[in-house]
Amino acid sequence: MHPDLTALLITLKLAAITTLILLVIGTPLAWWLARSQWRFKFMIETVIALPLVLPPTVLGFYLLIMLGPNGPIGGLAEAVGGRPLAFTFTGLVIGSVFYSLPFVVQPLQNVFTAIGDNVMEQAATLRASPLDRFFNVMVPIARPGFLTAAVLGFAHTIGEFGVVLMIGGNIPGETKVVSIAIYDHVESLEYSQAHLLSGGLLLLSFLMLMAVYGLNRRFSVLRS
Amino acid sequence: MSLQVRLNIPRKDFTINVSLSVTPGQVTSVFGPSGCGKTSLMRAIAGLENRATGQIRMADEVWQSQDYFRPAHQRDIGYVFQDASLFPHLNVFDNLQFGLRRQARDKRRVSLEQAIELLALSPLLRRSVDTLSGGEKQRVAIARAVATSPSVLLFDEPLAAVDIAHKQEILRYIQSLHRELDIPMLYVSHAIDEVARLSDNLVLLEKGQQLASGKTADLLSQLSLPFANYEEAAAVLDTTVIGRDEFYGLNQLSFAGGQIEVSHGHLKPGDKVRLRIMARDVSLTLTHHENSSILNIFPAVIESMVNEGPTQKLVRLNAGGQIILSRITAKSADKLGLRPGMPVFAQVKAISPLV
Repeated sequence: MHPDLTALLITLKLAAITTLILLVIGTPLAWWLARSQWRFKFMIETVIALPLVLPPTVLGFYLLIMLGPNGPIGGLAEAVGGRPLAFTFTGLVIGSVFYSLPFVVQPLQNVFTAIGDNVMEQAATLRASPLDRFFNVMVPIARPGFLTAAVLGFAHTIGEFGVVLMIGGNIPGETKVVSIAIYDHVESLEYSQAHLLSGGLLLLSFLMLMAVYGLNRRFSVLRS
Repeated sequence: MSLQVRLNIPRKDFTINVSLSVTPGQVTSVFGPSGCGKTSLMRAIAGLENRATGQIRMADEVWQSQDYFRPAHQRDIGYVFQDASLFPHLNVFDNLQFGLRRQARDKRRVSLEQAIELLALSPLLRRSVDTLSGGEKQRVAIARAVATSPSVLLFDEPLAAVDIAHKQEILRYIQSLHRELDIPMLYVSHAIDEVARLSDNLVLLEKGQQLASGKTADLLSQLSLPFANYEEAAAVLDTTVIGRDEFYGLNQLSFAGGQIEVSHGHLKPGDKVRLRIMARDVSLTLTHHENSSILNIFPAVIESMVNEGPTQKLVRLNAGGQIILSRITAKSADKLGLRPGMPVFAQVKAISPLV
């Protein structure tokens, strides 16, 4: 297979797995942030928002230390018989989860806050248990939020470069993603390949975001 | 199947302290100004207010006690919220089915068809809830609650978001529910006309404290309670239709103090009709004027009177056991020499039947 195609597949796989993990852990986290009255909640919100402002290399540097053989997570992985996580696809997934966390949690938190308690209370008085009302009332009403969260998480993971550079390295077929491949092509002055990949990524990102904005306009069920 | 409630609910500036019971076939209203704790009380009964302490029992089931709190979804209630909010992602029919499908089969006493019919919803079933008017939304919300066959129906200011034109309509639907279904109802409102119309019993709430409770007709006519000071102070009469004067189109109703004629629509003999007689529409005479344009004149005895400012007096009359209020000027009261114990004739100028 063409190495650029391999890079593209790895990128898409990384983005898909990351998005899935983020939806699973981001949903309860966002729900808690939207509902909790805890006074130090803002500290958690700050931590989640950090990847928005931090240079990816800083995040990547700390992840490298954590995931490396001497770091707590990498060491743990080694201790249970695995290999250190730095420079592996798994390490890339862990890094991407941190990197894209705010892009999934924030839209979900916003939509949960906007929907408010009222519909959930209605459902409770209509005999729906907490899980029943979350999945059958909150999730369908919050659909635009989930869509936004999933697409932003996916698109942002596709666009990551600095973090991958720090913790993923450049192993073809394992950690070499499209953004790194573009960088490599430019380094070796292969502009035509760089054009192809860049244009492809641009088009993909554009289409995904357009789908979100278009669909969210159609699901106008979300009212204040 | 009566609901017994004894609750303490702490609020920022006061504590709500209420003890009431709702009996089958009866509407109990909680009346009070905005912010008096009515909504908190309803939420606590529904299990939506976790700071509430006390006891709630429905028949032989304990819903809440010192060491037990049954979560909202396990309490057998139907709750109609103030703002008629429905599930926006479901159409009318699916909204109606939501609670019904979650109710145990052996507890279903009201069918979906019955709920749809009682609230006249069949033309709306396939509609999206966004396209409904405020009144239509509230009808769907009521039917949705009724369709779960609740042991008690809680109405939290259900007319707050309904325009004036549709208030009467919704009230009629609630009254028909009361007639057709044997579900006890708790109705919260700050509108005296709704309360006067619907409720058998009344609880008066102010700053979380229960100022009075008892039969609606008794409380509304007590001069010591704030109702008497309202501009629309009125007595409530429960009457039965006994006949009709076809020539003049008048319905003849009987009540404890005699007979009364009203021109409201076509009532059937045997119908129970509640009337509201405003204090300002009742004047007093010492003798029975045969040559008066006023139709409804009853002998009554003055029970008590209070001053309302320097110019007016409110008089409480007993007409054969039925209490009627009359608001007259202090000048007239002095001219006639009115005092408690005196027999008079009450002339009723206008009557609004509450049907």
